Amino acid sequence: MQVIEPKAELGIAVRATIKRDMTLVLRRRSEVINPLVFFALVITLFPLGISPDPQMLAAIAPGLLWVAALLATQLSLDTLFRSDYDDGSLEQLLLSPQPLPALVLSKTLVHWLLTGLPLALMAPLLGLMLALPGQSYAVLAFSLALGSASLSLIGAIGAALTVGLSRGGVLLSLLVLPLYIPVLIFGAGAVQVVILGGNAAPYLAILGAQLCLALMLAPWAIAAALRISING
Amino acid sequence: MWAFIHKLGSPKWFYTISSRLQPWFWGLAILLLLVGSVWGLAFAPSDYQQGNSFRIIYVHVPAAILAQSCFVAMAVSGVIFLVWKIKIADMAATVIAPFGAAMTFVALFSGAVWGMPTWGTWWVWDARLTSMLIQLFLYLGVIALRGAFASRDSGARAASVLALVGVVNIPIIKYSVNWWNTLHQPATFTLTERPAMPMDMWLPLLIMVLGFYCFFIALTLTRTRNEILRRESAKRWVRELVADTGRRG
Amino acid sequence: MAFRLEARGLTCERDDRRLFQALDLDVGPGEVLRVEGPNGSGKTTLLKILSGQLTDHEGELRWCGQPMRKVRTAFLANLLYLGHSPGIKAALTAVENLAWYQALSGEHGDEAERLAVLEEIGLYGFEDVPVAQLSAGQQRRVALARLSLTQRPLWVLDEPFTAIDKQGVARLEQRLLAHARAGGSVILTTHHELAPLGELRRITLGQAVCNRSGE
Repeated sequence: MQVIEPKAELGIAVRATIKRDMTLVLRRRSEVINPLVFFALVITLFPLGISPDPQMLAAIAPGLLWVAALLATQLSLDTLFRSDYDDGSLEQLLLSPQPLPALVLSKTLVHWLLTGLPLALMAPLLGLMLALPGQSYAVLAFSLALGSASLSLIGAIGAALTVGLSRGGVLLSLLVLPLYIPVLIFGAGAVQVVILGGNAAPYLAILGAQLCLALMLAPWAIAAALRISING
Repeated sequence: MWAFIHKLGSPKWFYTISSRLQPWFWGLAILLLLVGSVWGLAFAPSDYQQGNSFRIIYVHVPAAILAQSCFVAMAVSGVIFLVWKIKIADMAATVIAPFGAAMTFVALFSGAVWGMPTWGTWWVWDARLTSMLIQLFLYLGVIALRGAFASRDSGARAASVLALVGVVNIPIIKYSVNWWNTLHQPATFTLTERPAMPMDMWLPLLIMVLGFYCFFIALTLTRTRNEILRRESAKRWVRELVADTGRRG
Repeated sequence: MAFRLEARGLTCERDDRRLFQALDLDVGPGEVLRVEGPNGSGKTTLLKILSGQLTDHEGELRWCGQPMRKVRTAFLANLLYLGHSPGIKAALTAVENLAWYQALSGEHGDEAERLAVLEEIGLYGFEDVPVAQLSAGQQRRVALARLSLTQRPLWVLDEPFTAIDKQGVARLEQRLLAHARAGGSVILTTHHELAPLGELRRITLGQAVCNRSGE
């Protein structure tokens, strides 16, 4: 039998992985809907816990929306590699003759498309309920869309590190939340600055820079972490 | 070169060489800390704004510096362990993590104590204190992750990766927190940033910093030696060593 | 070019437990290697090392004369590894599962081909059912279908006979034999008594050795 030369067909593998993960999540729709419900629920808690006074709510709305969206992303992260780990397909993913960082990047992309992006699109609606001033809606959605991509990438490192642990949930939050802080500061800052009548562009630019950095470094860290976890 | 590094990485060799080094570092640490604290607490002039309360700087600043150095040291050990598989590096990382966390806590605590006379409150969301708090969480994450793995080797590798991710993030976090701080609290009075400290205030601080570093090195050497004995307890040289000490004792 | 997987002086120590020491082995075309040993003797670990998953060992691993580190991708393109977990997604259908595996190796694959393979393993008519609705044995067969679907010279199989029925066992034995005859090679562990399989070699891992004194 002849030795087989590796086929450098990364595109096929990436496309198939994206399609597969999409199919998987869409077959269990609750996985898409749950973070959104969680997001709405957390936002509902604040007027109840603090005060329904629109002025006060408007003052804290950017931070609230960002923190709640961040937690919603965070909660859905635990499942990113978990089911693949449980049924052995993660092992097979690591054994494919394709660059692993590219494959994990496509898995993370699916996570963002089905968690971060819907959250970003839903945020203006919740902003309305928190009496968020009108001019900031577009920036809110855009900053969340941009920032949640970084969150997915950073969070995936934590998810990869804890996938082999049977009870990794709380630990995952402990590892990942401190790393989210820069994204939170500039994301919420962007919305705040628009409300104060400033220009959000520098903030969005920094969010973009953070995303670029995460795109460059995170896939390698995720791949390394998965290789460690698989042999835990 | 490579042979030398691997020799350095062998636990037995490290154990021998460190037994010669550690008394020096302990002695130096005790001397410097003694001189620094007596000078700083008793002889340095008091601050014209803060009075005697500024003297907490002699604990706060060295602890804060050490807290950051420890994280870098931990990450560097992690890389050495991941790339060259030198076990001694991981043993060092294992013992550095709790020490770094403790230093971070000391820095936070002394900052809070200092805050009371300066700001009239225990806690202010000052840029330095906030990044220090985040760093404490990062330390706790690394320690918790290492402990969560059933297999020590996997735990060690995972903790190394996390330390590396953390060390890349710390500067980003610091810059973001600084930015955030200037945005929300323009022109606050920071604890340690001051124009040109007089020499007789500054020198004891330098001595304290050096003393803290020597203390860190001495403690890391001693604790790494313990870790070696614990992990290598099945190796022949350790058993011989124990038997030897037993006979002499 | 003929392929060859060589291991020299493999020693594996996991958390102070020495699993095996100075193990040499060679696997080339037409050879079947069976790894034997009691539970906990490191069979799965050895298979993971030989399939390039675990790099945490001493000793050298070579593929076609090159050190494994350097030719990892080339090696993986020739490897088919089946571990304890079948690696089959329960929410996908058998065909979708197989298609993903083909894509991972960089092939588009062909629907008719996949259906033919499913028929061959006795799952005709189940191709559009989510795998979750199949029995454990049937799920295992979906994983085994990859043996026929993707051409890989080296098979590393960890307990491939688990959960399949007598008929399936016989068919899998045939499949292994045919693979070896065609010049492929197989490394496997199994507690199952194998029917004579061409050139079968065995390697026995000893009782798990604990190098901690007094244990």
